[in-house]
Amino acid sequence: MTLPHERHVLVVFPHPDDEAFGVSGTIANYIQQGIPVTYACLTLGEMGRNLGNPPFATRESLPHIRKQELVDAAKAMGLTDLRMMGLRDKTVEFEDDEEMVQMMTKLIDETNPSLIITFYPNYAVHPDHEATARAVVRAVRRIKEADRPKLYAVAFANNTKDDLGEPDVIHDIRDTREQKLGAMRAHISQTAWMLAEMEKRLAEGEPEAENWLTYERFFNYRWHDDFESEF
Amino acid sequence: MEIVQVEKLQELLNSFADKDVYIHLETTNGAYASHFDETVFNAGAFIRNIVVRYELGKVVGDNPHRVGLKLPHGWVYAQGITHYELDEHGRLLMAGHDSTGKLAVALQISETPFTY
Repeated sequence: MTLPHERHVLVVFPHPDDEAFGVSGTIANYIQQGIPVTYACLTLGEMGRNLGNPPFATRESLPHIRKQELVDAAKAMGLTDLRMMGLRDKTVEFEDDEEMVQMMTKLIDETNPSLIITFYPNYAVHPDHEATARAVVRAVRRIKEADRPKLYAVAFANNTKDDLGEPDVIHDIRDTREQKLGAMRAHISQTAWMLAEMEKRLAEGEPEAENWLTYERFFNYRWHDDFESEF
Repeated sequence: MEIVQVEKLQELLNSFADKDVYIHLETTNGAYASHFDETVFNAGAFIRNIVVRYELGKVVGDNPHRVGLKLPHGWVYAQGITHYELDEHGRLLMAGHDSTGKLAVALQISETPFTY
């Protein structure tokens, strides 16, 4: 699917693999269209729980593994501007809120995106996702309305459908299915069980699993229903 | 990591006693616990690079194991420890992995600070 042209796309997530299931097809699609994409990944997923039994990694070796997986995933998507922001997994919400906004503002100033993709505040489940989403929304809110980049947000909390309804941005990513599979496989230390589950469901002919490889869905951030009135 | 052998782990715990050591202690049931099951009360704790000096460290035989450190004025303990290793940096890493391979608890002891 040919996506609408963008000047530059900035993707901001806290964990290696946050991009894999929901956004990697879209990233690969933009890259295939010659649109520059920057992926800022705030942590290295240092606190990931999937370490295996028998263990394949330790708490201390996991970040090295996940860093390499992130690099491999970027390669699979064709992404060349990967930025590791050096925060620690599960601590993002405890960082100074203003410093977080500044980090996002700096990324936006440097990349001058026409589109930013992150999580949807209050519908992103993991505290790091929420903190990332808040910082991005705050940074974009400070840009005067006419100059604001578009903001696509990923939402998957259990109450998403009740509160937000259906996603209003749907990308058919079948053209970049192989790149997406490559990104998902790159994060194998964390995605092995999900990939196994997906393959099982595909074999059983369940259409929902097919969706990971067919559509990626986002919500345009609703500035008229902002998650806070000011920051 | 390998499955805890009580005698070997006890020797390693002894080797760090009466020294200033950096501690990593963590318990978790995962950030998604109450997303997947809303009846789950999600609790955990994390502390890293705190310096302590313990006078006695002990691993208890029940499997999964409990490991306790007696300090001059307090205690550190972890329960659910299944695996351990002395890594290439001479750090004693202990962890409790559940049957699906997910870490539930970690207690780590090092004479040098752990990374950030």
